[in-house]
Amino acid sequence: MAKVEQKGTLSKSDLREFFREMLLIRRFEEKVEERFRAGELPGFLHVAIGQEAVAVGVCRALEEGDIIASTHRAHGHTLAKGTTPNELMAELYGKMEGCSHGYGGSMHLYDIERGNMGANAVVGGGLPAITGAALSFKLRGEPRVGVAFFGDGATNIGTFHESLNLAQLWQVPAVFVCENNHWAESTPSWQHMPIEDISQRAVAYGMKAVKVDGQDVEAVYKAARRALEHARGGKGPVFLAVNTFRLVGHYIGDPQVYRSKEELEETRATQDPIEHLRTKLEMSADEVEEIDSEVKEIVEGAVEFAKNGTDPKPEDALKNIYA
Amino acid sequence: MSCEGHLAERSIVEAINDCLHVELERDSSVMVLGEDVGRSGGVFRATAGLRDRFGPDRCFDTPLAEAGILGTAVGLCMAGWRPVCEMQYDAFSYPCLDQLITHVGRYRWRTGGKMEFPIVVRMPYGGGVRAPELHDDSPETYYVHTPGVKVAIPSTPADAKGILAAAIRDPDPVVVLEPKLHYRTSKGDVPDGEHVVPLGKARLAREGEDLTLVAYGSMVAVCEAAADALDDVSVDVLDIRSLKPLDEEALLVSAAKTGRVVIVQEAPRTCGFAAELAAILAEKAILDLRGPVLRVTGYDVPYPYWQIEDAYMPSAKRVIAAARRLLDF
Ligand SMILES: Cc1ncc(C[n+]2csc(CCOP(=O)(O)OP(=O)(O)O)c2C)c(N)n1
Ligand SMILES: [Mg+2]
Repeated sequence: MAKVEQKGTLSKSDLREFFREMLLIRRFEEKVEERFRAGELPGFLHVAIGQEAVAVGVCRALEEGDIIASTHRAHGHTLAKGTTPNELMAELYGKMEGCSHGYGGSMHLYDIERGNMGANAVVGGGLPAITGAALSFKLRGEPRVGVAFFGDGATNIGTFHESLNLAQLWQVPAVFVCENNHWAESTPSWQHMPIEDISQRAVAYGMKAVKVDGQDVEAVYKAARRALEHARGGKGPVFLAVNTFRLVGHYIGDPQVYRSKEELEETRATQDPIEHLRTKLEMSADEVEEIDSEVKEIVEGAVEFAKNGTDPKPEDALKNIYA
Repeated sequence: MSCEGHLAERSIVEAINDCLHVELERDSSVMVLGEDVGRSGGVFRATAGLRDRFGPDRCFDTPLAEAGILGTAVGLCMAGWRPVCEMQYDAFSYPCLDQLITHVGRYRWRTGGKMEFPIVVRMPYGGGVRAPELHDDSPETYYVHTPGVKVAIPSTPADAKGILAAAIRDPDPVVVLEPKLHYRTSKGDVPDGEHVVPLGKARLAREGEDLTLVAYGSMVAVCEAAADALDDVSVDVLDIRSLKPLDEEALLVSAAKTGRVVIVQEAPRTCGFAAELAAILAEKAILDLRGPVLRVTGYDVPYPYWQIEDAYMPSAKRVIAAARRLLDF
């Protein structure tokens, strides 16, 4: 991935590039929803509409060689880490051309060459592995960082606590990106955590914790940049407490009976990170339209590519179980 | 079954929901806990209405922490409750396996029989729903292999209700796996009010003379379809429904009658429950058998993605092929 800034500041054109990428993710996921409703894709699809600035801000701050582990809400992370829309869409269609060769689908997106150690259907699944990979970077003196994405709900499972403790104890170059969207499925965060400030969980392990506005891509980028530098510089892991919002259901088709209409409408109206950036950049309607039609074309192309892909054969399921 | 007025047509998931309503009403020590079971009524709506009816102390949402759910259920049991824990999906029960193996299955034994362990763990299991990996597992073997834990897998709405009721009333830990593929599509008459199907009793889903098809859960329907297609053959379809305790008697009686047994299991092949059944037949029915005990199973691979899952799942076609092989033996 091309480095966007040289001197720690972001130019307007860098930010326009962020805008483009966020919009690509948004349009990609909207298309996924549309194709699901058309009966072309199976269910169990979690989109990250509203959380695009987290994926883009963090991944744009990475250096060559850094790795990530994603979650069940993985399309944004995967695109931001460099997997092409074609390969991702083909995966959702279960085709051999997909980034996981049609075996994984939405919750099992891997792109090892590009440093994506995978999405995870099991919540909390990525954190221990990232801690271990970061330990390896430390043992070998490699200037690399491991980044784990996870949600607020994930901070309640054992692997989260074991990983944070180990990472801090061993001072590994890892960054833990907590995307706090205030929901774990239908359970609001006030009902699954007895604290309001999620970063206290990292502080309890003695870990450096930083709070970030997840709807502001520039803020996410800068915080991630500093966190990565800290970790890369051998100063230990960092916890990024990213405040963000899920502007849609937990999964595509979720009727969200548990969520008040007013809250949802208000959140949608005020917390769209793409809208925030558009305003900040004072982009004209024409400018937006130009980028929009460009990314929509890419997404259409991805659907085309995916539909023309190769179906795996049943016997392929027997491969790659052992060396 | 009894008089018609006391039956209502229900799907499997409705029967489970009905059972929970009846059992929570009947016994104030029964409680339900799990992820999203309260306010939203569960991802499959198995626990719908419980929180409103019985209050947030009897049906409550937990954080995302399966080991914590089952681990605290251990303590709740010690203090006199009958917790019914929901695991959202089959594979999300793996984080609680540690609790199940190291504690749940051992307390009665450890305490010299002084402690009751009426815990129920229920979860949707199995494939065929076009879900990705880890939403389609058949993990029964892990549970059956754990001493001190009972395991049941119903296949009909009436049994889904009756077996869950038996599990809740049982003094020991019971894991109940529910065939999610048929949660809504399988409908049948279910007795209203209290309905208990004792653990340890198989169900003869169909009676025949020439061949026995043995299965549980969602594979029972596959066996019935195979039996339909084998129209020149008279088939016993034995629904095991309680894996532990096991109704060995029913298995041996059917084997003695037909002399030919095909066992069907969705889980991966090696060390699956079908192997246990085959071993029992080898030990106790060898002279009754007219051919080898055959297994039709899943493969020793992680459950594959939807594009090829139909090839993984034991089908009526595969069962018929095994049946023909045995009949021609
Ligand atoms: C171990 C485990 N338990 C339960 C689930 C089912 N599940 C999938 S996502 C989810 C909520 C996750 O919440 P959070 O970590 O906040 O992520 P978000 O969905 O908000 O992005 C649950 C309970 C799971 N995938 N893994
Ligand atoms: Mg969340």
